Amino acid sequence: MAKIIVVTSGKGGVGKTTSSAAIGTGLALAGKKTVIVDFDIGLRNLDLIMGCERRVVYDFVNVINGEANLKQTLIKDKRVENLFILPASQTRDKDALTKEGVERVLNELSADFDFIICDSPAGIESGAMMALYFADEAVVVTNPEVSSVRDSDRILGMLSSKSRRAEQGLDGIKEHLLLTRYNPERVLKGEMLSVEDVKEILAIELVGVIPESQAVLNASNSGQPVILDEESDAGQAYLDTVKRLLGETVPFRFLTVERKGFIKRLFGG
Amino acid sequence: MSLLDYFRSTKKNTASTAKERLQIIVAHERKRRSGPDYLPQLERDILEVIRKYVDIPADQVAVSLEQRGDELSVLELNITFPDEKR
Repeated sequence: MAKIIVVTSGKGGVGKTTSSAAIGTGLALAGKKTVIVDFDIGLRNLDLIMGCERRVVYDFVNVINGEANLKQTLIKDKRVENLFILPASQTRDKDALTKEGVERVLNELSADFDFIICDSPAGIESGAMMALYFADEAVVVTNPEVSSVRDSDRILGMLSSKSRRAEQGLDGIKEHLLLTRYNPERVLKGEMLSVEDVKEILAIELVGVIPESQAVLNASNSGQPVILDEESDAGQAYLDTVKRLLGETVPFRFLTVERKGFIKRLFGG
Repeated sequence: MSLLDYFRSTKKNTASTAKERLQIIVAHERKRRSGPDYLPQLERDILEVIRKYVDIPADQVAVSLEQRGDELSVLELNITFPDEKR
């Protein structure tokens, strides 16, 4: 039985796909057989972030409609063992994902994998609802910014009322806060909400803080999940996040401004 | 940041403004989420009735439905009337 984790946020552009790619890759690096499923029907992008856009033959909707089987459709990552991608369809049919169809595919994946990462589309439409419905855990990706925090709270409400676990009266979805694009320098200046502020407002457990980093754009430019850039701050922060998801206790890094040397402070930069 | 800026920076920073605004709106939306679907409409209707007699702004009416035990729900209505002296 696989553990199903939805990566969601409500708001667009906060780093859901970047985080799905990084977390999925990190779990596979840790030896867990992992599949990342792109639920953003019509706006497929996980394939680009993972660098396998030219290897897509069949997609999620083909599998649901019985036009292809999972073996033909799953894309095996060439860098990391135990890592697979299920690409979204580019169809414009909004109702291509049915609850029964998604359930069937997830059940089939569940028999073979340790982790299923559901990369949710933005918004609260059917695609986002479908991505969170079957989840056991949720990673709520949030930027330290008012609209993102508010939308995350909205999604937290959906997680506790609109999921299968809620409908069946099971234990609720385990919710994790992942704060991305964090800039300690701006926090220090009082220009950005701090980790503590966001934690206090959303009142869920913190699983990771990813600093705003040039490495993220570089990674997506080249189709490499940023977690493979082990030199980078963002890559290391995602490695820590994956460890926490696996139950380890890891101290948080990159929360404070690095102390500048005397010369740098004198001349700026 | 120059020395002059340091002494000038008495005005409140924007992050704490953001936090306060978020705390209010999030608490408001959570309350609404937990209540029945008709509550917002009920709130608007009550506001309309009161406005026939007293001119009050929309944010001065708070309606909430609280569940106490299995058998009892309490509809709470909180209206702040404007200060007469102003």
